[in-house]
Amino acid sequence: MSLVLVQILNGLQYGLLLFLAASGLTLVFGILGVINLAHGSFYMLGAYLAVTLTAQFGDIFVALAVGIPLAFVFGAAIEWLFIRHLYKRDHLQQVLLTFALILVFKEVQQTLWGNHPLSIPTPSYLSSSISLTPDLGYPVYRFALMGICVALALAMMFVIQRTRVGRLIRAAESNPEMVEALGYDSRILYRMVFAAGVALAAAAGILAAPIESAYPGIGDRVLIISFVIVVIGGIGSIRGAFLGALLIGLADAFGKVFVPEFSSVLIYAVMALILVVRPSGLFGRA
Amino acid sequence: MINRRRLLILAGAAGASSIAAPFIRPSWAQANTLKIGLLLPSSGTYAPLGVAITRAMELYAKQQGGKLAGRDIVFVKVDDASEPAKATENTTKLISGEKVDVLVGTVHSGVAMAMAKMAREDGLPTLIPNAGVDAMTRGGCAPNIFRTSFGNGQVGDATGQAMLKAGIKRAVTVTWKYAAGEEMVAGFKKAFIAGGGEIVKDITLPFPDVEFQSILAEVGSLKPDAVYSFFAGGGALKFIKDYAGAKLNEKIQLWGPGFLTDGIEKAAGPAGDGVKTTLHYVESLDNPENKKFSQDFMAEYNVAPDVYAVQGWDAMQLLRIGLEAVGGDTKKRPEMFAAMRNASFDSPRGPFKLGTSHNPIQNFYLRELRGGENRLLGLAAERLAGDTTGCKMT
Repeated sequence: MSLVLVQILNGLQYGLLLFLAASGLTLVFGILGVINLAHGSFYMLGAYLAVTLTAQFGDIFVALAVGIPLAFVFGAAIEWLFIRHLYKRDHLQQVLLTFALILVFKEVQQTLWGNHPLSIPTPSYLSSSISLTPDLGYPVYRFALMGICVALALAMMFVIQRTRVGRLIRAAESNPEMVEALGYDSRILYRMVFAAGVALAAAAGILAAPIESAYPGIGDRVLIISFVIVVIGGIGSIRGAFLGALLIGLADAFGKVFVPEFSSVLIYAVMALILVVRPSGLFGRA
Repeated sequence: MINRRRLLILAGAAGASSIAAPFIRPSWAQANTLKIGLLLPSSGTYAPLGVAITRAMELYAKQQGGKLAGRDIVFVKVDDASEPAKATENTTKLISGEKVDVLVGTVHSGVAMAMAKMAREDGLPTLIPNAGVDAMTRGGCAPNIFRTSFGNGQVGDATGQAMLKAGIKRAVTVTWKYAAGEEMVAGFKKAFIAGGGEIVKDITLPFPDVEFQSILAEVGSLKPDAVYSFFAGGGALKFIKDYAGAKLNEKIQLWGPGFLTDGIEKAAGPAGDGVKTTLHYVESLDNPENKKFSQDFMAEYNVAPDVYAVQGWDAMQLLRIGLEAVGGDTKKRPEMFAAMRNASFDSPRGPFKLGTSHNPIQNFYLRELRGGENRLLGLAAERLAGDTTGCKMT
């Protein structure tokens, strides 16, 4: 019984972390209509940024506070240089360009940080473990991470649903011409949304770094699973991404222990099942 | 503005020149020069391993005055990038294009298998300085293929013996579901069960999944004496840290092959303290060859040698013995291979000789990670031979 409870906790914790990574992707995909394969690379850059920034400032939360604005500016620059030329083009060209970005970022990572896995220190005040059962401890940092992810999810939903910026974003998603006609520059809006997506991916990479470490290829896995979550949740839906991420987290945690033979396909089976029932995802518009 | 046709012509020209390049022979390459083809990664994840092997081989050549058995040697390098899809093409460059006299490669087992297939057909002297895939010195063995590293199952075997000696009775295995992990676990289980140990459960994760929390909870509930696990690189680092984070390291010892802690000794930090591994080399081995090798390597490259460098070094030692037996004439293959098969020499890792399937019979050492370095605890298995099941030398 205790194993089941522990797995629920594991599933929720993994799911919340996945949400953080997938939320930026669903924003960019849903609002800009751009398939951004480089999303995993921004996650990776976040993890490596955490290496450099914690070496400089010591604490992962200071690294986060410095890293998010950096990632935002970087994201805006990438949008201005490359992504803005893709809005009117088909998905194949988007895939080609963002795939090229993956290769470039990979080389940059190898040149700057090398091939060996790097460790990022957990803040000392969060580095202990709580005993869940007599045989198993749970790192305090993981609990803290869960709290941060929930707070971020609520904040995002608040911004999108209740604020003027959120209304603009939703309006631009459904009818960009009308937003322009009302006197808003949708180019700036799009740039901000893309930059926010990059900042979210980097924030996920930074926050996960103390438990994930930083190593080559860390973004690849995140990319694929993020797409699964975006599709399950419905493209562009933050709420959908949140539920989808929790679902995948739980499926993964239980699958590994109770049906290990199928654990590698289980999350895709979940995705297929949901698409059969709701072809446009949990919260997607048909 | 470049139109499509012009672009195609340019692309074609670029492609043709890169294909032609290996066939252009430098005029200084004399007939007497011995060409050693190096199929090793100098880019990609395994680049550091390829570099270590190459450096040791070049150091050996330098110390021999650039000659083996009286012939000047020249290394011809091809970067295999550890990509199996390009393995055949890259091997062809060396065998047919460069017409090398000796082939050395590689790190990645998938690339090595494709390379070995061509080497078997051609019959040229071939040395493998890393790839541990079991089939290479089992069903896939050949008279012209020699391995100077290890077999995956052999490393697992050594760990199984060491765990039994440490009084461990019940073990859980945890690894990725892919060839190297499964072969090491299979070797471990065979030795561990044969010695009276009990395997409580085999846990596998899809490669390269690194979400370990749920399986750690399971390990905790199974309460074994120890866990035998194999992961590599970032996965290994995360596993060791998560294992300590779940407080499992307080009650359940973590064991594995040396590759579990390879390259992440410092990064693991306190979480790595107490992880026990076995390998055929430890930096601190106390023998004259290792002392000299470490000093020379350090003097040349300003870094300490690792197990991969030792494997490259021994490839050169073995090659030299083969060449000297035939006066440098690589056309006298049967004589050369016989000399290599029967070779016995002192390696930095300890005494080195080959088994019947051309896999090293060697010592395995028990090491414990503590304070960011692997410390030598003693012998895990002495002069351990690899499994030769299915090997027919013809």
